[in-house]
Amino acid sequence: MSTAVPTPVARPSGLDQAPYQLIAPDGRCDAARIDACAVPAAQLLALYRGMLRIRLMDERLLTMQRQGRISFYGEARGQEAAVVGTAAALGPEDYIVPALREAGAALYRGLPLAAYIAQIFGNDHDLTRGRQMPCHPGSRAARYVTMSSCIGTQLPHATGMAMAAQQLRDGHVIAGYMGDGATSEGDFHVALNFAGVFRAPVVFVCQNNQWAISTPVSQQTATPTMAEKALAYGLPAVRCDGNDVLACYVAMRALVARARRGEGPQFLEALTYRVSAHSSSDDPSRYRDESVTAVWREARCPLVRFRAFLLGRGLLSPEGDSALREELDAEVRAVITAEESVAPPPLRSLIEDVFALVPPHLVEQLAEVAAALPQKPAH
Amino acid sequence: MPVYNIIQAVNDALRLEMRKNPRVVVLGEDVGRFGGVFRATTGLQEEFGKDRVMDTPLAEAGIIGTAIGMALYGLRPVAEIQFADFIFPAFDQIVNELAKFRYRSGGEYPAPMVIRTPYGGGIRGGHYHSQSPEALFAHTAGLKVIIPSNPYDAKGLLLTALRDEDPVMFLEPKRVYRAARGEVPEGEYTIPFGQAKIVREGQGLTVLCYGAMLHVVMEALEKQGAAEFDPEVIDLRSLVPLDTETILESVRKTGRVVIVHEAQKTCGFGAELSALIAEKALLHLEAPIVRVCGLDTPFPYTLEMEYLPSPERITKAIADTARF
Repeated sequence: MSTAVPTPVARPSGLDQAPYQLIAPDGRCDAARIDACAVPAAQLLALYRGMLRIRLMDERLLTMQRQGRISFYGEARGQEAAVVGTAAALGPEDYIVPALREAGAALYRGLPLAAYIAQIFGNDHDLTRGRQMPCHPGSRAARYVTMSSCIGTQLPHATGMAMAAQQLRDGHVIAGYMGDGATSEGDFHVALNFAGVFRAPVVFVCQNNQWAISTPVSQQTATPTMAEKALAYGLPAVRCDGNDVLACYVAMRALVARARRGEGPQFLEALTYRVSAHSSSDDPSRYRDESVTAVWREARCPLVRFRAFLLGRGLLSPEGDSALREELDAEVRAVITAEESVAPPPLRSLIEDVFALVPPHLVEQLAEVAAALPQKPAH
Repeated sequence: MPVYNIIQAVNDALRLEMRKNPRVVVLGEDVGRFGGVFRATTGLQEEFGKDRVMDTPLAEAGIIGTAIGMALYGLRPVAEIQFADFIFPAFDQIVNELAKFRYRSGGEYPAPMVIRTPYGGGIRGGHYHSQSPEALFAHTAGLKVIIPSNPYDAKGLLLTALRDEDPVMFLEPKRVYRAARGEVPEGEYTIPFGQAKIVREGQGLTVLCYGAMLHVVMEALEKQGAAEFDPEVIDLRSLVPLDTETILESVRKTGRVVIVHEAQKTCGFGAELSALIAEKALLHLEAPIVRVCGLDTPFPYTLEMEYLPSPERITKAIADTARF
């Protein structure tokens, strides 16, 4: 018997199950499920190496920020699995349209560490000519688009790039990254809506790290998941354990394959936690319970988990792990040493790249600046 | 030679370039099946298909944002914003993303594309179908700002825009979309950016204007007797890059300047022109620089013709300046 008044639908079913996970926080797993994923050992080790590399790099660079050697730093600590796992599932010619914490993805797919560190220093080796704060790398060769500091603005670009790839029929997929905070921005909704309407080959990856500076996800949105927002725009969505690198990799691999097959845009919500501060300018102890953070930082650490998994599977030995740490740490130290002394970009770079050709009025403006520069002591 | 209005000239330029360059795509609200609310994209979807002429959802930030993505990827998008008044949801995309992409990426990710949008009043459009936001874009480093006043220039400048390596804001004066008619050569031709056009040579004073206001200035000359002061009338055509040479050469000759634009006065583009002349040609001036502009109010409905620079106001400004 139908009722006289309609019963509102609260939310779609199917979103209440636990996020997709392959490896438990202590490293244990169901071997049959792992084998069914058919991820080669070399790929597993590459994931570990990629995560460890950014952990060591972040630690070193945050220390340098504290020492006053660089102005700013934003770590990806605790989110290495979501960054590396998803990026590793892309093809070499697919593009990444990143948010703040995906630099590890650029490094994973070949951005030289020296280029990343040069951007941190904003020196003359920086591909982007010292024009942005640290943690804003970009490279055409690495197919990693140069981000702005604005939240969510990159998402319509990811959709548009995917629409172009679709039109050129080149078979490439675009990955558009965001944090949970970005889902409140209009650009998020615009990007997903256009992607849905045009069936663009884009995979959106939301690293839900549960904090946007001091704003918890519960104050960001009334929906329990980010994934259900995607459903509203006609995008199939998966939620995965963002601290399980293998789950991130396998989930992303499936979504990328769907997009590449012409099945339209896809959405991945990687559930993780921002265990560090938002950036070097932030102090989370003022606004959250750091005992919760400690659980994520230690017991749920993605590196601890994956290391235990690799040790358990016999793919890594404690000695091999130590050697890898030493190798990566030495690389980071050597690159920092080499880049820290590189000069800033030349004055002329101030007026280059505003337009394809430098216009006369900028030459005139720069001449005025140059004429009033303090003379360098001659010695 | 065919006689076209501005809409037909725009349509012709788009069609020619789309035939020549398969990477040129058009997107916007109602631009495909319907051919645009002003009909500027009529017939393009029929000829080039839905892949290249895309009817989009109703979201300006999405139109511009996805067009930026296409440009980053190597397409040459032409995004239409139905009225310049509605461009502001995309303002962040234009100012923070489009204008800065080449600079912030060190040239790794340039985003050459064209944003076409009808602007200006005089069509009974009220607040939201009448505004002239050109100064906001001229104030944003990294954008070129082009405003044609007639069909010949519209076609030649749009073809230049479609081949330019930088983002171009192409503002079309909708008040004279159909009224401004003229001979337009068939086939391709381009007009370089940064070249103002001296529409009428004169010795008495310099009148600087662009877009629909050129026609109001000419009406002042032809019907209100302003021609007796022998003005030199310059159609800027391009605000960025600006043809400072032509402007300053004229000012040095006449020593008197009237600037006409329909955008509001304060911080309008006339303020920049005025400052430029003061910086570079002060000692040539025989009279104060005068601006005839829209008022510093929101754009009105009933009294729009009182708000807009009229032939009478322009004639008075010309006469006062000439006699100063």
